Amino acid sequence: MRVVLAEDLALLRDGIVRILTAHDMQVVEAVDNGPSLLKAITEHRPDIAVVDVRLPPTFTDEGLRAALSARERLPGLPVLVVSQYVEQLYARELLSQGTGGVGYLLKDRISDVAQFIDAVHRVAGGGTAMDPEVIGQLLSRHRDHSPIASLTPREHEVLAHMAEGRSNAAIAAAMFITEKAVGKHTNAIFGKLGLEQSEDDNRRVLAVLAYLRSA
Amino acid sequence: MTDTARLPEPRPADRWALFGIALALVALWIVGLLLIVFLVVAVSLLVIWIGLPLLLAFLACLRWFARLHRRLAGRVLGITVLDPYLPDPAGGLFARLRVRLTDRGSWRDLAWLLEVQTIGFALQLAALIAFPFLPVGWWGSPLLLRLDAGISRLLLAPQDEQLQQRIEALESSRQDTVDHSAAELRRIERDLHDGAQAQLVALGMNLGLAQELVTRDPVAAAELIAEARQSSSTALSELRSLVRGIHPPVLADRGLSGAVQALALAHPRPVEADIRLDGRPPAPVESAVYFAVAELLTNSAKHAAAQQTWVWIRHDAGMLTAMVGDDGVGGAQLTAEGGLAGVQRRLAAFDGTLSVASPLGGGTIVTIKVPCVLRVSTAA
Repeated sequence: MRVVLAEDLALLRDGIVRILTAHDMQVVEAVDNGPSLLKAITEHRPDIAVVDVRLPPTFTDEGLRAALSARERLPGLPVLVVSQYVEQLYARELLSQGTGGVGYLLKDRISDVAQFIDAVHRVAGGGTAMDPEVIGQLLSRHRDHSPIASLTPREHEVLAHMAEGRSNAAIAAAMFITEKAVGKHTNAIFGKLGLEQSEDDNRRVLAVLAYLRSA
Repeated sequence: MTDTARLPEPRPADRWALFGIALALVALWIVGLLLIVFLVVAVSLLVIWIGLPLLLAFLACLRWFARLHRRLAGRVLGITVLDPYLPDPAGGLFARLRVRLTDRGSWRDLAWLLEVQTIGFALQLAALIAFPFLPVGWWGSPLLLRLDAGISRLLLAPQDEQLQQRIEALESSRQDTVDHSAAELRRIERDLHDGAQAQLVALGMNLGLAQELVTRDPVAAAELIAEARQSSSTALSELRSLVRGIHPPVLADRGLSGAVQALALAHPRPVEADIRLDGRPPAPVESAVYFAVAELLTNSAKHAAAQQTWVWIRHDAGMLTAMVGDDGVGGAQLTAEGGLAGVQRRLAAFDGTLSVASPLGGGTIVTIKVPCVLRVSTAA
């Protein structure tokens, strides 16, 4: 898998390169600012771009903006955005294009290497990887009268995992239950929320995210 | 870069402009007369309660009228005539009325009103009538107008004592600001000491132990390393919330409108954010208003039990106005020790004000006003 990486802090850049290379990925170019990122993406057409939100020259959300405009130029280009902070606003902008191939994670999550690599693969495959903190905030907005309040604690947990972008198999592994049990919970959740079931993992995730964001 | 708004020193008006001013002054006599009638009505109604709000309304009208004349006198004399008033206090109708009634500026305005309706009017009328008659009008009228403007200025411009009061107000708001930032620094120091620093120490200890154990007991070492990772993750999350409290990254990225939108999105209840700004306020104002809005939204979520919450922000005529409202239980009050007063004290450093409208059961609207100049953002 070919990766373009944008991270301005050398320490973190080298660390991420090391992790990716150790998992049979090829970092075709590692850049340290927004404009170079755009150039590298158009030049290499990577399988995924891993991008830090804050980049020079402005040291604001340069990376996010570059990622968004790269996706406008190359629709469907998988982008995994990492940051020291997660902002609901930025998650919404990344998801607003409505297609998959988007990830948004706290940099802390990289320290859980297996999870991080899983997220890279998922996003590169057109899936979604949303940070648990984003999902936690979204879920906390649905209280009292929302159908979400009628979910059992188990279903609530499955929904959170699903919104993060995990497949049934991954959810089953994370919750120490069978895939069949996950399937049952999923059916119940979609029934209670009035969403249409879909066999396609990614469409399912996007439907759930759209539902959560509609509050 | 400093963003001080400096008014250009006005030039004296030429003869045609003076004629226009004389005309306006004479016409304004009617307004002055109405104001006197208003005052008489308000004072005679003081025996029943309705007189109080009427008096407050009269004082507001009088200030408007005096400000208009300050501008005209300034044009005639070619100078800037400043307002002498004390800032409005926290609290309700009574507190405001008390300060306005004890403000020397109000009483001098009143004396001026009587002067301008009699002596002043005579001078203005004489100047206006004399204008067409050369050479009396050519020389005499501007002289008469200057005399009138001079008397007005004597009564309307701030005296040394009033400047002294302003200095006292500034000293007190500066003291509040200094106290507040010292307290903030102490809080940050404590948070770092008990939080992230302690977590990092624990992380180092765990890693050290793991290093010792790695050959003898790899399983225990792996456990320690997992614990160390947990410490690093907790330390990071504590640092994140600390940094959010100092200067939220989204505020740096997107300015006030983006950051308030982010606040609205992160709020536990739906918040409608209507923000229109053609640039960014100076960084300190931006940050102060952001934290004020954040605290007001938190208050609303905690106490109001509201269905709808909204934020409205505009900048107009050198004034940044932010309103935070909800349809909750109301009854919010500006008490000396309350959270709202804290917000107000922090805004006072920028000559900002905060007012609350919160009838019991009728929702809450908090309005923040901060004078400032927007600078057009250069960053894309």
